[in-house]
Amino acid sequence: MGILSEPSQNATTDLLQLTSVSDELEAEIRQVATRIRRRVLKMGEVQGQGYVGQGLGFADALAVVYGYAARSRTGQPEWDGRDRVLLSIGHYAIALYAALAEVGYVAEDDLETYGMDDSRLPMSGMASYTPGMEISGGSLGHGLGIGVGIGLAFRTQRKDNRIFALVSDGELNEGSTWEAAAAAAHHRLGNLVAVVDMNGLQADGPTRDVLGMGPVDAKWRAFGWDVHHVDGNNIRALLEAFSALPAADSDRPTVILCDTVVGKGVPFLESRERNHFMRIDQHEWALANIALAEGSQV
Amino acid sequence: MNTPAPRLTTSAMIASIAEEGQATRKAPFGQALADLADGRTDIVGLSADLAKYTDMHIFRDRHPDRFFQMGMAEQVLLGAAAGMAEEGLVPFASTYSVFATRRAYDFLALDIAEPNLNVNIVGALPGLTTGYGPSHQATEDIAILRGIPGLVIIDPCDAVDIEQAVPAMVAHPGPTYLRLLRGAVPVVLDEYDYTFEMGKAKLLRDGGDVLFISSGLMTMRALEAARRLEADRINVAVLHSPTIKPLDLATIATEVAKGRPVVVLENHSIVGGLTEAIASGLALRKTPVPLHSISLPDAFLDAGALPTLHDRYGLSVTKVMERVKGILA
Repeated sequence: MGILSEPSQNATTDLLQLTSVSDELEAEIRQVATRIRRRVLKMGEVQGQGYVGQGLGFADALAVVYGYAARSRTGQPEWDGRDRVLLSIGHYAIALYAALAEVGYVAEDDLETYGMDDSRLPMSGMASYTPGMEISGGSLGHGLGIGVGIGLAFRTQRKDNRIFALVSDGELNEGSTWEAAAAAAHHRLGNLVAVVDMNGLQADGPTRDVLGMGPVDAKWRAFGWDVHHVDGNNIRALLEAFSALPAADSDRPTVILCDTVVGKGVPFLESRERNHFMRIDQHEWALANIALAEGSQV
Repeated sequence: MNTPAPRLTTSAMIASIAEEGQATRKAPFGQALADLADGRTDIVGLSADLAKYTDMHIFRDRHPDRFFQMGMAEQVLLGAAAGMAEEGLVPFASTYSVFATRRAYDFLALDIAEPNLNVNIVGALPGLTTGYGPSHQATEDIAILRGIPGLVIIDPCDAVDIEQAVPAMVAHPGPTYLRLLRGAVPVVLDEYDYTFEMGKAKLLRDGGDVLFISSGLMTMRALEAARRLEADRINVAVLHSPTIKPLDLATIATEVAKGRPVVVLENHSIVGGLTEAIASGLALRKTPVPLHSISLPDAFLDAGALPTLHDRYGLSVTKVMERVKGILA
């Protein structure tokens, strides 16, 4: 299969592959992404805070994962045939809940309880709280390793399910992520897909200042992974990458590196000073919803 | 004229815990696991480049399609074991105790224990069972792990204990940690009316003068010391507590209430092990008792030959006997 390199060098390859994604599919997934963003804003408003910036930025990738790539049955989070979506980035829970509502694992009404005492939707993702939350996050660098174990289990059990491990570029700082990357390649886990949110931001500041990990594409490739690097806010590009995934019984793991913009979809948040924990004033929630509605009509 | 340096008589390679001429069985853990897996296709094994040194090679060679070599990478060893258990397999993950506990703690706590998965961690070289020094001596593994909610901690005495513990670990739905004795492991408990039960302490012999409460290889030492102390007309009771957590405080309290001097024997630091678990457990039951402890010091220990070190730190049978006589004097 094709190995894409840095996005700036990909224009030709991307154009060649465009034919395989229909306009209808693209439009449908775009609507999923908009609904995810709307729910993220709703949850953020309930709490008056939250990882709204990350949720908006990663909404397109989640829309493609839940709306297109991952096998699921609406309202059946325990269905054995489902693909496993592992949220390694626990603080992205706000975005995952918004996506889980899309497959009916979480009710729309539940979203209003986000982060409240006794809610099924805690601020940081925990498996025992939320249907469809496959693992507990919070301590970074865990998801990919668990994904390796699930991948080995599926192969032992002769199942063709896939694992989508959602990780962040900040998690590439963790040695455990690379232990898992090495193990996945060594054990030839074609059923494992890492989806990396490359938003360039971590707790103490921009990733390039905190601990630059570039060139990220070359690192994954050197670890034996097939690499796609796409504009993670471009639905068509994401669909192209996910539609090119090899069969689950193939012998190389795939990583999809998604360049995303924190706050994507709400222009005044996109241009706000980039911060791990984005501050949004009370009066801004309504403005954000209006901005999102305007943008999604284009 | 140069005189040759005197030849050193001890070697760090002397690493057996067996006494001269003691009956042993080879790799009881690996044998027990491989046997059990003959009839249970959900049992899988993993190791972090230490299969040969944790007796996991027996399982690996018998069930090669269910053994997963994870390389020298303990974080993914435990993370992957958690993922396998999430999908209904029953993993046994083996490495040295120091690496399972110190190096991969976050993965043990969050990936395995918090979701209460049936992952069984097998740690070789617990306490002082190697002469390689602090890098290999897991003298504080129990102290590290006792704080993890729901984790069962097993400190077996001998091959019999290990063989019986393995099926119990599989049957237990939550996570377990086994302090592995590997290689030629002494066979001791077959001479007693004993079966391993998770969470139970068992009285192996009774005696009116002193009560030993022990776990792990120190039960072997306790039994031998008790036998030899008969010659001095000292009658020693030995209560073996192979499960450190959950601790069988009911049985311990019953035996302690009989009023004999109590000596706790453990192959672990004085900090955070069996001694402290018993002391705090009895105190919280409002029945505190004075305890003597034969345990390792709160220190990084020396390198050297195991018999030398066991003598130095008070774990040998001779030292145990001396200590008891001192207590009774």
